[in-house]
Formats: sequence, C-alpha cells, structure tokens
Amino acid sequence: MKTLNVSISPHIRSSKTTSKVMLDVIIAMSPAMIFGYFYFGWYALLISVLSVSSCVLTEFVYEKLMKLPVTIGDLSAVVTGLVLAMCLYSTAPWWIPVVGGVFAILVVKLIFGGIGQNIMNPALTARCFLLLSFSRIMTTYPTLTDAVSSATPLSLAAQGQPVSYAEMFLGTHSGSIGETSAIAILIGAAYLLIRRVISPRIPLCVIGSTVAFVALFTLMKGETVTLNYLAVHLTGGGLLAGAVFMATDYTTSPVTSWGRIIYGITIGLITAVIRCFGGSFEGISFAIITANLLTPIIEKLTYPKPLGTYGRKAEKK
Amino acid sequence: MIKKTFRGGVHIKDMKHLSSGCAIKEYKPSGELVFLMNQHIGAPAVPCVKPGDRVLLGQTIAEPGGFVSAAIVSSVSGTVKTVAAHECHNGDNALAVTVVNDNLYETVEGYGAERDYTQMSPEEIIGAVKAAGIVGMGGAGFPTHVKLSVKPDIKIDYVICNGAECEPYITCDYRLMLEQADKAVLGMKIVLSLFKDAVGIFGIESNKPEGIAKVNEACGDDEKLSVVPLKKKYPQGGERVMITALTKRRINSRMLPADAGCVVLNFSTLIAIADAVAYGKPLTRRIVTVTGDAVNEPSNFDAPIGTNVAELVEAAGGFKYEPEKIIFGGPMMGAAVYTLDVPVNKTTSCILLLKHNTAVPEPHECIRCGKCLTVCPEHLMPIKLKNTADANDYGEFEKLNGLECIGCGCCTYICPAKRRLSQSITAAKQFVLAEKKKAAAKK
Repeated sequence: MKTLNVSISPHIRSSKTTSKVMLDVIIAMSPAMIFGYFYFGWYALLISVLSVSSCVLTEFVYEKLMKLPVTIGDLSAVVTGLVLAMCLYSTAPWWIPVVGGVFAILVVKLIFGGIGQNIMNPALTARCFLLLSFSRIMTTYPTLTDAVSSATPLSLAAQGQPVSYAEMFLGTHSGSIGETSAIAILIGAAYLLIRRVISPRIPLCVIGSTVAFVALFTLMKGETVTLNYLAVHLTGGGLLAGAVFMATDYTTSPVTSWGRIIYGITIGLITAVIRCFGGSFEGISFAIITANLLTPIIEKLTYPKPLGTYGRKAEKK
Repeated sequence: MIKKTFRGGVHIKDMKHLSSGCAIKEYKPSGELVFLMNQHIGAPAVPCVKPGDRVLLGQTIAEPGGFVSAAIVSSVSGTVKTVAAHECHNGDNALAVTVVNDNLYETVEGYGAERDYTQMSPEEIIGAVKAAGIVGMGGAGFPTHVKLSVKPDIKIDYVICNGAECEPYITCDYRLMLEQADKAVLGMKIVLSLFKDAVGIFGIESNKPEGIAKVNEACGDDEKLSVVPLKKKYPQGGERVMITALTKRRINSRMLPADAGCVVLNFSTLIAIADAVAYGKPLTRRIVTVTGDAVNEPSNFDAPIGTNVAELVEAAGGFKYEPEKIIFGGPMMGAAVYTLDVPVNKTTSCILLLKHNTAVPEPHECIRCGKCLTVCPEHLMPIKLKNTADANDYGEFEKLNGLECIGCGCCTYICPAKRRLSQSITAAKQFVLAEKKKAAAKK
C-alpha cells in the first residue's frame, strides 16, 4: 500500500484561488475598459498595455533581483495596471503609465511587503502621485472630434450647465479611459457581486454617502440641488468606478462588516468635501487613499463580537 | 418550508449520494475486537477484566474512570486476550482490552429485557444510560449520562436532536432516520420524561427530505415534538450553531448547552438511549459509513464496537484505488489516519477513503479578502487570530476570543490563498487550554 498522507483537518478545500479571484476582477473591469478603447481610440489601449506590462515587469524584475519567489502568476499586478489605466486620460504621453506602473508596484506594493501588505491602493496612489507631479499633463481632457463637448460632466455641472442623462449613462463624454460609462461599470459590479468577489457594503456606502454629502454641502453653500446635478455627481468624476473597483481593493479595505460600512461612508464624506469645497474633481482618488490609511484603526474598532458573548445573561445565572 | 439557519458557514458539495442509498448491513466481525479505553471525552475508562477471563455480549469490561467518563461494554462473547496499549486513530496509544471472538454471541443475563420507561424514575433512567456506556455519537463523545444529569436549579426548555449531519460523505444518521425513526422518537420521549418542561426538537438539514418525512411521521401528533428543517450548510451540526439556529439562544466556550436551557443529543445517541432504557441493550454497536472514491462499494455497516477497520473496508469491497488519504469522520473535522489497523469506536461515524490527497496546497500570502470572517460561524476574525497564533502571542489570542473557535475549518476551506487558518488557531487554542489546565493544577 502507498504511504498514507496525514494532515490536520479540514481535508477538502474550495476551488477558489487568489489568481481566480484576480481573474474575476479583470473580467469585471473589461466592459468598462473595452468601452474606453472604442470611445477614446487605440491610444487608450496602448496606455493600458503599457501600464499593465510595466506593473508586471516591475514585480518580476524586483522579485528576481531580491531572490524572492515570483508572484506575477497571482495576477494582482495585472489588476493594479488595469486600475491605473482605468483612471488615466487617453491624452497622457506614453511614459505616464510606465512611470505610474513602476511607482505603484515598486514603491507602494513591493517595498511594503508585496501582495496583502501595502497600506494604500497602489494604482490610486500612483495616480495621485502622477497628478501632483505632472498636474498639467494629467488634467488635459481628451478632445473628441465626434463628442458633444470636451469638458467632463462635473466641470459642466460646476458651471451650472445640465448634462444629458443618456450621455452620463452610456458614458459618451470626456473623462478617464474606464470611468465614463456607468452601464459598463454596473455590468462589472453585477459580475463581482454574483461571483461573491466583493460584498455590496463598500460600493453602496461610498456611492450613497457621496451623493448625500454632496447634496448636504451644496445646500449648506446656499445653492439649489437639482436631480441632474446629483446624477452628474453620481456618474461623473470616476465615482462609480472608484466605488466598485478601487474602494473594494481587498488589501486596503477593512475586512469586518461594520468596518466596511464606516470605511465606505468615510470615503463618501471626503469625496464630497473635496468636490464641494476643493478645487479638484479627483476627490474619489484622494478619498480612497486617505480612507485606506484609516483601515487598521477601523478594523480595530469594529472587531466582531463572537457568537456567545450575547449569552452573558445566561452565564450569570 | 421555512429553513432555520445561522450566520456564516460554507456550502460544500455533500457527496452523500455515494452511500445514502445503501441500507444498513449488519456486520459480523471475524477477527479480534479491541476496546479502547479513551473512546470518550474525559477520564479514560478502567478495565475490570483480566487476560484469560471469559466475557459475554453486554458485559461491562471497563468502569468509568471518573465523573466525566463512560463504561465500556463488550460487543461479543469470547475470551480476553490482552489488556495492553493499542494504537488509536488519532495516532496516540491508549490502554485497550482485546477480546477473541468465539462467534457464539452469548449474552449476559437480563440483556434485551424490555422495560417500560414511564415506570422508571429519572435516576433509574440516567443509571441505565450510564451503565450502557452511552456517549455523544456525533463525534465529540461527551458522556451522555453527564449531559442528562442537569443540576436541579437549571430549567431545561429544549431537548434538541442534532440530525444535521452537515459533514460531507457521512450518511449513518440519514440511514437511521429512514430505518429507525421510531426508536429515535422513543429515545426523545425518554429524555423528555427527565425534563418535564422541555419540548423536543429534531433539527434536520433539508438535504434529507425523506429523513425529515420519516421522523415527522414517527413523531405523530405529539405536541411536544417537532421537526425543524435546517438549511444545508456546514457546520449546521455544531452544537453551539445548532442551539443558535433553533432557539436564538447563544452560548460561548465557557458555557454548557444547559446554561441556555438546552440539551443537545445526536440522532444516533437518541437511538442508543432508547435501546439501553427500553430494550435493555447497552451501547455495543454503531452505524459506520465506509465511503469515498477509493472504495468499491460504499456502505453503511451496523458494526460491533471494537471491530477492526481494515475488516470493514474489506467488507465494503476493498479498495477500488489505492487511497492516498484515509479519514476517520468527515472531511472537514475528521482525523487522517496512517493505518487501518485501528478499531471502530463509539464515535466512529465514517471511514472515508480518498483517492487523492486533496488538501495540502501551498499556502500563499493573505490577500485580506475577508472571506474567513464571513464564513466563521462563531463570528471571529480568523486572519487576525492566525497572525497572533503564529507569533505565539497567546495573550492577544485570548483577548481576540481565540478560545471561542469551534475548529470547524470553514476559514481554511474558503481561503483563496489556501492559508492554514484553522490549523494554526486550533494549535494555539490547545496550547492556551493546556497552559490553563497546568495553572489550575498548580493552584
């Protein structure tokens, strides 16, 4: 008889693996990205390819140099690259995604210990780094020959102009590569929810609280809040993509269920403050990386109560 | 159909179709029988026979070694060969009485004498359960007479029959539901006669509709008895989880079910109680499911306790493939064995033979997906507990309620990074409990 294997229970495992989870995220992001490629042209595709390959290559080279096990197979670097490309404009020069990818993986992810160890979302931190370092390049909206306007919905709304609902829903307006089409992002969100990759808590709290706080702050400023204005805030400025693909990043969001709610509302609050009182429309990116830093403390405050602690009364008897 | 359940848990392919259609077969052992002294939780039993003694079927061969302990009764007639250490399925050695079977099945006087439980006092009933050596037959093996000896100031509201059988592959309780539901209901009535205010609930997972129907039928119009279908989800059959699902009461690791007014008994245990009290038959046999993809004919055997497991596997048609892993119990909480030369215990519900060793993938870095939190039926945070356990930070481990872990293994099962969460947590928990025991002994 062959030698029997002995190990501690459980003796069966689910078929989910890290790379399958990451593959699900990639699949979920593809509708929004593919829409972006069609709408903004082949150069948008080039930006994603550059971004993804610089992320994967950085991880590979770093791990080879440091004689660490190579982890590019888990596809998390691909996800980082796609998220970075998603929130860049298609007008960016070729070196922007390359610099961003290297920064995201090397500085934000690997130096902190690799997958699961980084304290901020790598792609968003790289985006904010690029935004602050090369602000003029990074804020040049793509001008489209066939589009109604070259301004983003949020900047239109800031000037008090109404934006068409169809345009917002389909995403036929200027903006970042993967962030314009609400419908494409919602398809991705539905896929992630059906596959149970993410829980609905974070996206719902982020979206709900952003809209609520924007309405509140606008009223506080003494301006009128119209439905169109709120719809623009809902679909514009990368809120949907941020809530679905970026705020839900496993590593940098809390794992407790109440923690996820608090985290989502924090992001909404910061986004609304930046959008209403600040000058930038990139509120969601800054809000997410700020909330990322609060994750450990949110988790500590919301440590789950074990099943039996509700039974203390019976214990005293 | 309203299915009660709990928060957390995992959905596992139950694989019960392999053996659920096989009627229980009575098995007559051909070889020697080995009665281990540590078949239950608590103090090991103390042998009261010597090598060379003739023992009869139904004769007590070992007395309880303390309050939390159980007697052991011979399942055959024959001669005692040795009283010596023998290997057990958990890799340990324990004192065991080996009996050479004479195949006569001569019984002791009074074996099989029918009694009317309604004429018996509670002390007599508990005495009969104790003498029969009944322990929890679901797997933990807690002596049943201790469970039934509830302090008079505690009021028991519910007697719960645990018929969840949530572990994949195992079908012994399911077959009993189909074939001996009347006996289980009788057992429930006997237990209810001890607790006048209590109602009896049969909690059965909804993947056993025929079982639910049979038990419902056996319950008849008795208004004290009810059958509650439970959602098919692992670990529905965990004692604390079961109590929460059925009564909304919650207990923790420092409490007994009685503290929440509950007594939880396995389906097989109820049948053993009925046999012992009403039919005068002590616990000498149990149903063992022999199943898995490496065995020829998956079967459910009614085997005498002490039967060699290798014999049972032979009776199930032997190996179809050479197994890489053999598990005593279910695949989620069972123990992997390195030899088949071990006896059937009072708690051996299943012998699972697997063609492939499925469960040792390389662990990777945690991606903090939080799946382990969502599946934990005790609402713990396995990812943090593992970190403290691996760092040997036992103070923090206890502070984070690590001792509440029931070891169900859901966190390890679900982890996409294949981390060995429950393994680390169980090890730390055992260490902390051992330290506590030592500290208590010093005092």
